Amino acid sequence: MIHFDQVYKRYPSGREALAGVSFEVARGDLTFLTGHSGAGKSSILKLVALIERPTRGRVTVAGRSTTTIKPRAIPQFRREIGIVFQDNKLLLDRPVADNVALPLIIAGVPRKEIDKRVRAALDQVGLLGKERNRPAELSAGEQQRVGIARAVVAKPPLLIADEPTGNLDPDLAIEIMRLFKRFNDVGVTVVIATHDVHLVDRFDARRIVLGEGRVAVETPR
Amino acid sequence: MNVGAYFDRQAQTLVGSLGRVAEAPVAFLMTMTVIGIAVALPLCLFVFLQNARQAMAGWNDAFELSVYLSKSATPGRTNEIAAQIRARDDVASVRVILAPQALAEFRRYSGFGEALDALQENPLPNTLIVTPTPAASTAAGTAALRTALRAVPDVDQVQLDTQWVQRLIAIVSLLRRVVWLAAGLLGLGVALIVGNTIRLDIQSRRAEIEVMKLVGASDRFARRPFLYAGLWYGSGGGVLALLLVAIAVAWVSGPVSRLAHLYGSGFALTGIGFKPGAVVLLASALLGWIGAWIAATQHIRAINPS
Ligand SMILES: Nc1ncnc2c1ncn2[C@@H]1O[C@H](COP(=O)(O)OP(=O)(O)O)[C@@H](O)[C@H]1O
Ligand SMILES: [Mg+2]
Repeated sequence: MIHFDQVYKRYPSGREALAGVSFEVARGDLTFLTGHSGAGKSSILKLVALIERPTRGRVTVAGRSTTTIKPRAIPQFRREIGIVFQDNKLLLDRPVADNVALPLIIAGVPRKEIDKRVRAALDQVGLLGKERNRPAELSAGEQQRVGIARAVVAKPPLLIADEPTGNLDPDLAIEIMRLFKRFNDVGVTVVIATHDVHLVDRFDARRIVLGEGRVAVETPR
Repeated sequence: MNVGAYFDRQAQTLVGSLGRVAEAPVAFLMTMTVIGIAVALPLCLFVFLQNARQAMAGWNDAFELSVYLSKSATPGRTNEIAAQIRARDDVASVRVILAPQALAEFRRYSGFGEALDALQENPLPNTLIVTPTPAASTAAGTAALRTALRAVPDVDQVQLDTQWVQRLIAIVSLLRRVVWLAAGLLGLGVALIVGNTIRLDIQSRRAEIEVMKLVGASDRFARRPFLYAGLWYGSGGGVLALLLVAIAVAWVSGPVSRLAHLYGSGFALTGIGFKPGAVVLLASALLGWIGAWIAATQHIRAINPS
């Protein structure tokens, strides 16, 4: 599903975030990307979602080399990936239902179908009944689950999350991780970047540990 | 994506953009008013000119040439020349005023009766008043006629009494160009005002646009609500402009018809009319759209999630 081959990423500031990263994530995997802050976890996810381009090396997602994807084709490419952010990036002036519906509206799904699928996604994250609430009326954990519902509502085959539990206390963090595990159980490929090693220890999943912009340790499945 | 879903989405965005406009009514009304005034200015000038042209349409008979014959021309010769001129294609009518009659008229209207009595002989020549046909009642037509009449034997002098009408017509046709120039410049202004408003709107919604791009929105999709906002700005400003002009016309039409009455004219001020009004509305809506398109295309492309 994801293949990194000797990938380098140097930011305009001159900072080399990735220095020859190679790894592979198979279809249906649940993978944790760990490492201390500044190790390059976010950079890897940005390269996967084409928010950034590699300076050198090759990134392949779902069989396509990202270097061949032109700027015009990026929106279509991103619709195949569900993204969850640490700060959830919800639209604060829109109700929960509108936030979750956004990917479907963008994809041109008919409205009746949208309502049905939004409710199904909210049900999966345990927020049925909160459709009309504004994000500000929800707790931090609930807001993050809205973000997850938005990421999965269009049923993308790949789900990536950057520090999805960074703003949550430990109990809520475990709950959110279990939610990701559940999506992985039904076949979604999931990659989660987190610096929280203790949290990762509680899950039986593959781990890629980054250090100094390189893959330091890679545990097998 | 099927066609039904496409139009469903268009309608949703169109209405949604109106909702957003309603969220900031003061800012929207301000922009709309500025646009309305910008459109109303050339429109007022246009209405003024339309009315001026209409008022001047009845002035064709004001194009008259006074042809003064030489003192040696007898009354018989005068009638001969009148017949000759009357036969021309560009002449509608010729009136003969013989010298004694001219003197009598002058005496009656000038108030110089006693002074004239002191003269030994009539100083006035036999005169022909020539009215050109409506087709020849133009600056060029009357000038050509004047040249031709001067060449007639026994004609001493040809005087065009109505040069002020020609000047007025020249001024009006100059003003018509001014209207177009003003309309062009203010149209550009409208597009710029809308473009700038949309630019600010996009800046304040930067985070939202980033999120939309992150979940797969194309630039075109992110741009669409701003295009509709531009359309609302433009058409709203157009409606306001028409309203302003209608009020202005209503306000001055009373005094204008009183003035016309004093001059013995039944002239009444007319408004913009349906067709020009519709054109103005369409044009300002289009300008709003274009201004929004330029600003949105440029600024949305520049927003990229990081
Ligand atoms: N946009 C950027 N411009 C410059 N430097 C950056 C940028 N993004 C990340 N970096 C740098 O790259 C390194 C790796 O960052 P990041 O990928 O965010 O690591 P992590 O997510 O593991 O904390 C850090 O040193 C960070 O300062
Ligand atoms: Mg990070």
